[in-house]
Amino acid sequence: MKPRVGIFSLSSCEGCQLQILNMEEELLDLVQAIDLVSFREAMDPISGEYDIALVEGAVTRESEVPVLQEIRRKADVLVAMGACAAAAGVIGLRNLRSPEENLRRVYGEHPDVADDVTVARPLDEVVEVDYYIRSCPIDRDEFLHLIKSLLMGKEPYDPNYPVCVECRIDENVCLYDLNDGEFCQGPVTRAGCGALCPGFGSACMGCRGLVDDANVESMIDIMVEAGIDEREARRRLELFHAGPEGKKNDNGED
Amino acid sequence: MTMEKTEKATERELNINVHHVTRLEGHGNIVVNVRKGRLEKAELQIVESPRFFESILLGRKWHEAPYITSRICGICAVGHAQASIDALEAAFDITPSRQTLRLRKLLLHAEMMQSHWLHIFFLAAPDFFGAGSAIALVDDHPELVRSALRLKKLANDLADLICGRKVHPVSMKVNGFSMIPDESELARVRKRLIAARDDVSAAVDLFAALDIPDFDRETEYVALYRPDQYAWIDGRLRTTDGYEYPVQQYRDLTNERVVRHSTAKHTRHARDSYMVGALARTKINFSLLRPEATEAAYQLGLSPDTVNPYMNNVAQLVESIHCLEDSIERIEDILTAGLREERREVDVRAGRGVGAAEVPRGVLFHDYEIDDEGTIVDANCIIPTAQNLGNIEADMRALIPEIMHRSEEDITLALEMLVRAYDPCISCSTHLLDVSFVK
Repeated sequence: MKPRVGIFSLSSCEGCQLQILNMEEELLDLVQAIDLVSFREAMDPISGEYDIALVEGAVTRESEVPVLQEIRRKADVLVAMGACAAAAGVIGLRNLRSPEENLRRVYGEHPDVADDVTVARPLDEVVEVDYYIRSCPIDRDEFLHLIKSLLMGKEPYDPNYPVCVECRIDENVCLYDLNDGEFCQGPVTRAGCGALCPGFGSACMGCRGLVDDANVESMIDIMVEAGIDEREARRRLELFHAGPEGKKNDNGED
Repeated sequence: MTMEKTEKATERELNINVHHVTRLEGHGNIVVNVRKGRLEKAELQIVESPRFFESILLGRKWHEAPYITSRICGICAVGHAQASIDALEAAFDITPSRQTLRLRKLLLHAEMMQSHWLHIFFLAAPDFFGAGSAIALVDDHPELVRSALRLKKLANDLADLICGRKVHPVSMKVNGFSMIPDESELARVRKRLIAARDDVSAAVDLFAALDIPDFDRETEYVALYRPDQYAWIDGRLRTTDGYEYPVQQYRDLTNERVVRHSTAKHTRHARDSYMVGALARTKINFSLLRPEATEAAYQLGLSPDTVNPYMNNVAQLVESIHCLEDSIERIEDILTAGLREERREVDVRAGRGVGAAEVPRGVLFHDYEIDDEGTIVDANCIIPTAQNLGNIEADMRALIPEIMHRSEEDITLALEMLVRAYDPCISCSTHLLDVSFVK
């Protein structure tokens, strides 16, 4: 029997779902191999039963917690899809300020339009996650690799070396000295993207999160040597994974 | 949802509650209450979680802004990056090169085509064919689905070629691009664009045969305008009620306010609400459409006098033809001029900058204040869907009495189709959808 797959969205830009819709060449084959039972962006719901749940977005409201718990309860396999689901992503940056302050800054006198707002949390702060598809947004090939692996009952491959490895294989010009205000985070960032950004002449922004045992302090030292102050250097490194810990890394208000 | 049989419209009781409308970008509910034939409530409740981008931007460096703000929306990521860059360039008093502007307009065309085709074929079309999704259309209309996929892929490939990745662009930078596309690749895409004319004209024939719901309500329409070309980035704000503003004065237009049932703010100008997006743009820029697009407009029944919001889908199709033809010509211009690496000098200084871009769902504003170290100290983003929310509700209030005699199921579908016609981008505007008849 074809596995039933549900695609769900918490707080996000829905860009990861779009990456799936953007697989024009593979989409029709994909729906031959799996039964898509829930994909709100693209279709009316068919069924509330599924084997594999792919969840994009971070948990940012109390009301999202029971939704995620229900998805976890129904699914045999739960996949955190994209940087927001895996590490709170760019929206984790809001954790540098309290939920109350964020509400006041955006809604002024009417902060009660969204009164159950919390810090932004990755999925695994709330439920157990079986697999991660990292990066912002997800890479289409990596998504296909995961689906194929699950169909074949194999463990999907998750690289644990830095982006620099892939960048050298691609023979890109190193952006280490990029005098652009940007600072390439390739040395500490987990590979798997094929060094897409450096390949387009743009610094790695660390969207896949840190590789295991990343030498962050050494990276900070180098950024400081390049004239970036330490606090700013730390902020740069947390662009996609400030997560619930973000508040701790910040030394105060701006 | 239950069917209710009522004999007389004057005794009609309706409670519609569509929770999380599907085939929309983001989360929203439609809630309608009718008591004794009188409409008491017609709301598009926006339940999308707020993501606080304006707050996130505070304290970040200028060059992070296009990366961060493109994450406001997966569909219009390029448009957000563009408005962001435009605001930064205004703050730093940078005038980008002719080559940069040409590439940006081509890239915006790619995003416009991909988003319009996604909406027309995948999100709206299933309604017209009575299907739950485009995937369900494969069996009955295989050629439609295949040509839709071909078109979408083409637009995505063009965008990827220029900016690295359409969903969250890589190489779009202040004062230029970090990588210039390969000329031979551009020439290849141009050939595919020419070949795509057949798929697009087949779509026009198909849509010309479809019944677009009949519903007219005039409102104020707003779009960027410039006299010499269909405006996407560099224009002035113009409204059909006779107002015109430079983009720096966008607040005179938008007048943002918080409403209780929506995590996306509403806007209003000369009337209670106004409309942005493809229909507004075609009304304001009709004479500037390329001839192939004008011809399709007349074939599809779209004119500068059209005031039926359901025709927004048709306006999107017309615009996609404009973008297709304009892209073919622009690539030729770019290849004739030849592409070269350019220096991207940025002289960071304190200042305020407003950027505006016409993105698929309408005009988008980014407004930043930057200190002398290049840190963002104030930020405001006004998203097209937020500007349309008030107008969608005004349409619902006008439409429901006209269709009150129909079944609850029909009314619900008409409302869902209305909301989808606007192609709302809810993640964007909450930084927003679901239909609910409340009992």
